[in-house]
Amino acid sequence: MKKKILIVDDEPNIVMSLEYTFKKQNFEVFIARDGSEALEILKHQIPNVILLDIMMPNVDGYQTLTHIKNTDSLRNTKVVFLTAKNKASDIEKGLKLGADKYLTKPFSVKKIVSEILELVT
Amino acid sequence: MNNYTLIFIIIIYLAVLFYIAFVAEKKHQSKWVNNPYVYTLSLAVYCSAWTYYGSVGIAANSGINFLPIYLGPVIAAPLWIVVLRKIIRISKQHKISSIADFISLRYGNNRFLGALVTVVCLFGTLPYISLQLKAVSETFEIMSDDTSYISTTVIDDSTFYVALLLAVFATFFGTQNTDASEKHKGIIASVAFESVLKLVFFLVIGIYITFYLYEGTTDIFNQISIKENFKSLSTLNGVEDGFNWFFMIALSFMAIFLLPRQFQVSVLENNREKHLKKAIWLFPLYLLLFNVFVIFIAWAGKLTFGTTENAEYYTLLLPLQNGNSFLATLVFLGGFSAVISMVIVSTLALSTMVSNNLIIPYGFLDKFIKNQPERNSKYIKNIRRISIFTIIITAYFFYVSFSKELSLYSIGLISFVIIAQLAPSFFIGLYWNRGSAKAAIIGTIAGFLITVYTLVLPFTLSAYTGTDDFTQYGLMGVSNLKPYALFGIDFLSPPAHAFFWSMTINLLCYLTFSLTSKGNYRERNYAEMFVDSKNFTTLQDSALVWKGEAYVSDIKNVLIRFLGEKRATRALNIFFTKYKLPKDTQLADARLINFSEKLLTGSIGSASAKILIASVVKEEQISLVEVLKILEESKENIVSNKVLLEKSNELSQLSTKLKDANNELISKDRQKDEFLDTVAHELKTPITGIRAATELLMDEDDDMPKETKAQFLKNILQDSDRLGRLIHNILDFEKLETGRLHLDMQYKDIQETIVKAISSISQIAAKKEVTIINHNTHSFSTNYDEDRILQVLTNLLSNAIKFCSPKSGKIIVDYKLGNEKVEISVTDNGKGIPEEDYDYIFDKFYQSKDQNTRKPQGSGLGLAITKQIVEKHNGKIWAKKDVKNGASLVFTIPFK
Repeated sequence: MKKKILIVDDEPNIVMSLEYTFKKQNFEVFIARDGSEALEILKHQIPNVILLDIMMPNVDGYQTLTHIKNTDSLRNTKVVFLTAKNKASDIEKGLKLGADKYLTKPFSVKKIVSEILELVT
Repeated sequence: MNNYTLIFIIIIYLAVLFYIAFVAEKKHQSKWVNNPYVYTLSLAVYCSAWTYYGSVGIAANSGINFLPIYLGPVIAAPLWIVVLRKIIRISKQHKISSIADFISLRYGNNRFLGALVTVVCLFGTLPYISLQLKAVSETFEIMSDDTSYISTTVIDDSTFYVALLLAVFATFFGTQNTDASEKHKGIIASVAFESVLKLVFFLVIGIYITFYLYEGTTDIFNQISIKENFKSLSTLNGVEDGFNWFFMIALSFMAIFLLPRQFQVSVLENNREKHLKKAIWLFPLYLLLFNVFVIFIAWAGKLTFGTTENAEYYTLLLPLQNGNSFLATLVFLGGFSAVISMVIVSTLALSTMVSNNLIIPYGFLDKFIKNQPERNSKYIKNIRRISIFTIIITAYFFYVSFSKELSLYSIGLISFVIIAQLAPSFFIGLYWNRGSAKAAIIGTIAGFLITVYTLVLPFTLSAYTGTDDFTQYGLMGVSNLKPYALFGIDFLSPPAHAFFWSMTINLLCYLTFSLTSKGNYRERNYAEMFVDSKNFTTLQDSALVWKGEAYVSDIKNVLIRFLGEKRATRALNIFFTKYKLPKDTQLADARLINFSEKLLTGSIGSASAKILIASVVKEEQISLVEVLKILEESKENIVSNKVLLEKSNELSQLSTKLKDANNELISKDRQKDEFLDTVAHELKTPITGIRAATELLMDEDDDMPKETKAQFLKNILQDSDRLGRLIHNILDFEKLETGRLHLDMQYKDIQETIVKAISSISQIAAKKEVTIINHNTHSFSTNYDEDRILQVLTNLLSNAIKFCSPKSGKIIVDYKLGNEKVEISVTDNGKGIPEEDYDYIFDKFYQSKDQNTRKPQGSGLGLAITKQIVEKHNGKIWAKKDVKNGASLVFTIPFK
């Protein structure tokens, strides 16, 4: 069975690279442009892993994560923050909220892939 | 007119006065009671029966000699602003309740001096009151047609009952408060009312006599001028008369300040200093009006009756002679008004003096100390009530035994000369700090004795013995001791002569003893306070120097006896709060001593207050040098306290400023951090895109489809452009921020620039299906940097597009002219600006609060750059408030 990944980011160019990469890795890829779109998708899908940006319009990454953590059906879903915010305080906050990993932009595609695979296998 | 009708009229009239006084007392805060006109009219208590009837008598007998009595006050009036204001201020500050209190306080609460002043005032005022009663009695007799009836005993004499009624009136409204320094609004209102009546009625009778009985002023003048010795009646006769006039003017000048009733109305009943400003011209005007017809009435009477006997009552006799008893009644009531106000105010003033400066300090103090508070207050009031009755009744008997023989004018002048003996200690004491209590006492006594010898004794003796041997030959036949011509000065009228000698001796004594004797420290202390009152007002309670040992509880006990538990406690609380002392302070200081004396002064007079307080404290003697030192210190203390307070205020202001500045710095710092964060984020985003795409493209193992490859390359290009723009913006902003931008001003059409801006952004707008409307299509040319203004417009437009919702979005660009500037507005129907952001959206680095986690809608530089450009053009930019839907950003470009 194909692993499912949800990519949540408002920058189309970045999304495109990630989508291409994970399709190559044989993932089923879902895309959301912000937190509210992501939550909409999560009503019907239970992905194995979610790549989550923090700075997004409407519903931001933190709010989205909190929502996910409060949803029972998603308790096995891994959440990885992928963001330009790289201050120590930001990282601490993200992990405290319950993210499984905290990765920063700009990123190496290879590194992201290996980190995600590590989580889902 | 029937006796009973007349009495009925009098009673009705008194009832009206009672009513007025009652209403005024009840509505004592109303502006009908507290205004400069009431104040001025109350000063007119000066015009008593003497003015009302006596002036005409003088005018008939000796021509214009009635005038000096009014010229003195007229000359004094302009000086009130300086002199009277000072007196009022001091009196208010020290809760003075009479002129005796005032003088005694000036000389260090001297008990004897206060009593002496009271005695002088009594001697000066009693005959004066009896003069008023005489006028009532005589006019009553003239008015009643029952000529055969002559009162023989007190019980039959209607004057006696009138006197009693006046006493009741004065008692009722004069002793409402124990504190005599409180205002008597009821009495003052009725006095003002009476002042109007007496003036109006006097003018009415003047007009009636001059224009109805005779054919105007010229007619009277022509008729009288052919009579014998007319000239002597209308002109001054040489130097002697000049002297007489001079002394009479000086006498009345002093009287307007010193008469107890004048002190009462002008100082004690004054509730606003500014009322003086109106009084200084209105009061002389009142006196002038009162005197307009005097001479004509006198001449008319002389022409009609041929004799000057009863000349004082021409105003009554003339209308009666012509059968006009209605007018005569009016005149009678006017005169009666003059009497009532004079008698009531005088007895009120005198009773306060008698109780506070004579009876209480000389007999009742010990009793008070042992008494219960409620009883004390009752006692004080009763002493005053009994005083009022005693004074009026004494005046009545004085009238019965002496005044019947004398004219109104001569009794009035005796009063004036006696009262004038207070002048040196009063006036000089106000301005000369060396004036001492001993000097004041000796001067006053000497002057008083001389007045008695030169004025009172001759009258009394001739009234008793029926001969004028005393005046003819002098004491024991020594011609130098002739009472009317001491040491050969025989050219003055008796009052002027008495005034001259008494005042000379009084003044000499006062000056000599002031210079040779130094008062004790307390005296000097009060002297300083009076003379230098302006400076000492700031010292307040600490102005009194006092050294010794005293306990708050002892002083409180004394206060309770006179003020009652509640008032005493409240007063002390106020004191402790004022000086920021703890409520349980045990040892009293000079300020509390002074404060307590002041509190008691209103009730029992300053001398008694001092004695009372002294009875519970242990005072140490202080040398004069010490006094001056302490005074200097307390002055300095106040000054340095003031300076300290100012400094501390300055400091706290400074610290607030510093705090603000610090907060601003912190906020700036935070903003800068946020800005850098945002810039970093913005830079990282395209770099992330470029890096990821490049990495994917570089993977040679990957068989990427051609279209995908092309798309990634396109993305890289897009991100690179974005990066370039961003860097440009940052640099641009930096340039504007540091003021290194130079505008390329050109004469351009603003309409064309707007069109250019709209078309440059139309693609983005079309993509989002947002409509842009160019509202004003008129062209207008002015000087500006077109490229920069284009930047501004593009910024505002793209901002508006960003906030508009797709499809329904609508943006209106408009401009209007006015006030030497073009005002351009960009209005959208988007989500609008949060209220808390209105003032900040143009600030550099400023981004809406929640942008830290939400995706910022730009670099945070767009509007800041826009603002810089507009301001470089000397224009302004702002967001319109109260826009219902969406936002409206407006900027101006000035032109000349």
